[in-house]
Parts: sequence; C-alpha cells; structure tokens
Amino acid sequence: MPLALKTCSTISEAGTALKEAGTRYLGGGTLVVRAANEGDVSVSTLVRSTDPALSSISIDGGRATIGASVTMSAVARHPGLSSIAKVAKAVGGPAIRNMATVGGNLFAASPYGDFTVALLALDATVHTTEGHLGAEEFLAGRDGRVVSAVSFDVPSAEQFRFVKISRIKPKGVSVLSIAALVENAGGKINGARIALGCMADRPIRAKAAEKALAGATLTEEGVAPAVAAIGEGTRPLTDAIASAWYRGEVLPVHFRRLLLE
Amino acid sequence: MAKVPVQFTLNGEEKADFVDGGATLLKVLREKVGDTSAKAGCQQGTCGSCSVIIDGELRLSCLTLAETCGGAEIHTTGGLATDGVLHPLQRAFMDEFAAQCGFCTPGMIMAAKVLLDRNPNPSHEDVVEALSGNVCRCTGYEPIIRAVLTAARSNSQNAA
Repeated sequence: MPLALKTCSTISEAGTALKEAGTRYLGGGTLVVRAANEGDVSVSTLVRSTDPALSSISIDGGRATIGASVTMSAVARHPGLSSIAKVAKAVGGPAIRNMATVGGNLFAASPYGDFTVALLALDATVHTTEGHLGAEEFLAGRDGRVVSAVSFDVPSAEQFRFVKISRIKPKGVSVLSIAALVENAGGKINGARIALGCMADRPIRAKAAEKALAGATLTEEGVAPAVAAIGEGTRPLTDAIASAWYRGEVLPVHFRRLLLE
Repeated sequence: MAKVPVQFTLNGEEKADFVDGGATLLKVLREKVGDTSAKAGCQQGTCGSCSVIIDGELRLSCLTLAETCGGAEIHTTGGLATDGVLHPLQRAFMDEFAAQCGFCTPGMIMAAKVLLDRNPNPSHEDVVEALSGNVCRCTGYEPIIRAVLTAARSNSQNAA
C-alpha cells in the first residue's frame, strides 16, 4: 500500500496531523519505514516536521537539551556530551547512527532503544507537544504525542556507566544493556539510578538494586546485595538474540562487572 | 495516490522524477533512475547493502523516503569509476579478492568511502567500525578490511 508523507513546518502542526487515524511520526525512518517495508499496513500517512529546533543540541548550566530529530551521530560527536557518547555509538552501525534519532529511540521496542535506557538512568525529562514528563512516566504510556526534545543533567564520566552486550562484535542487537548513574562520595555510594534494556518490553528501572546500593562501597562484597537484587521485577524477552532465561542469567554478571570496572 | 516530484543530484548529475508518495530512495534509484548499484537486501536496515552517501553521510537508502531527499547530493558506487577507470577502492576490492558473490560490495564500498574521505589513514579497528553496519556472508570480512587498508595506502601514495 502506498504511503503518503506529510511535511509540517512546526511541531504543533505535526501534533495535530498525528491525531488522524493511520498516521505515524517519521523521525530517521529506522523504525517506521522499516515497519512499512516489512508490510505493516496500519500506517498510511507518515508525518514529519522540519522545525529546526528539533535538530539542535544546547547545553546550559550543565543541563543538556537535545532536540528529538538529533541523530545518534550528532550526539556521539558533540563535545559537551562526551560522557554519554558511548551510548550513542552503541546504537546500530554508522549508517543507522546517521539516521536514528533521539526522539525515535524513545519509541523503540526491545531489543532496541539502548539510548533510552541511558535517558532513564539520567532521569531525563521528555518534552512533548502536550507538556513535559519524566522518562519513566513517558515510557509507561508512550502514546501518540510528538516528542520535541529530551533534557537531562550531563553526568560526569565518573558518575555514568553504560554497557551494551551484543553477540556480534563490534555491532549487534542488544542481549541487554545497563545504564547506571552512581553518586560516589568518599568511597560510599550516595545514590544510584539504574536502568535496564531488554529486561522488559521497554527500558525499566532496577529499583531493588538501586536501594541495595545506597550506602554500599564499590567492592565485591559491597555490591553483592545489589547484584543479587538486579533481576527483581524484570520480565526479560525471548527473541532471536537470546532467551529470557539467558538474559536473566547474564544480567547479574554484567551488572557486577559494570559496577566494579 | 498522487505522485510527488523529487529532484536531487546523483553522482554529480541532476535527476528529477515523479515518484509514489512513500517510495524509498532505494526503489527510486533502482526502478526509476536506473542506478542498480545499491542493492535491496533485507530492507530492514540490518544488512547495509543499500548504503549510499547522502550529503556526505552514509545512509541506508531502503529506510530513506525519496521525498525527503529533495535537493540532496547523493553518491552511489555506480558513480565511482570515471571514464572507465576504477576508483582506488574498487581496484583494491578486486586486488584483495574482497568480493565473492558481490552483493554486499557496493554497500561496503560506500561505507569505506565515507571512512577514507574523513580519515585517509585508518587503523584496522577504524575499518572494522566503519563497516560494522554492513553484512557479508561470503568473505569472512578480512579480505574486505584488507582492501580498504590497501586503498588507503594507494591513495596516500598517489597524494605523495
């Protein structure tokens, strides 16, 4: 079935256009054109916006605001975002990174959406045509609103940890991914936010492990309770990359390594 | 469904056509413009055989709508040879036996070209990273990586 493309100059216009049945927002195309190529006939019209604000990155007082149309390549090469560059580089190959957008990543179903795992750990705010909301709240609904940007406090390289496990090197679809924002004060962990990819149908927080890390030291014994709790509340998926059982078995191993690296 | 006008530059030549709304650039290149160098592999963004260079950046033509390429400068492997003389990358792919069935080759060459355009002296690791979105089921990759490194060397010799 032929698709139609509707180009809007502003994001609010795109928001209105998306209210019609059979419409989807077109970011980089790596999700929606892929679905169309696969034979998804639920979409008849793709809507995009050429609003320049969607493609800008600004960093103000340590807080980054990244437009929804910013690509993974643009994030990876931005000098102010070096602490999260490895997350953007973990997405796809070079061509995909030149196309895939930050906004689109928020809508990617597992096993995709590794960048969103980091956004969740960073407690990012998602800016939409219908107001702002936290990444966690956004992911719970993930409805048809148009995302204009995400914003978060840029972590230091020391605070932020990220790992994506793939079976194919250097690029491959996620077995799982873990992002952790760890506040370390004088050898003790002050607080931690941990997010997991592929451990549910969308990125989720590992709240039990976060709690277990509070006040712990970054030693083998210190992190043991958090490592034991990391699987709590997860519902890993079974797909061509790995089984739920396998993902559940290797999660604590990679989480432990990430904390002690 | 109404046709949409699209105009872009392909390998330095102006092209203009009416395409179906929602047609991918890959489909337009192969079926309308007649440049079949980009291959239709998975059409899911996984294999890289449809890779082309759009405004200096490597992209997957299977996931790019032709309509979004208005005014763009597009390069494909089909435009690399000049007056019957092969591009150094094409030459190196032959010399190093980097093509067996050849289906992945145009995509590999495009991915290698954007690498060499930015980094004329890449390391083995740089090449692996640059080709990481392109799948080859014949060669085991090593001959392809060697070919890219050989092309880089021959480029720097020519420049010297």
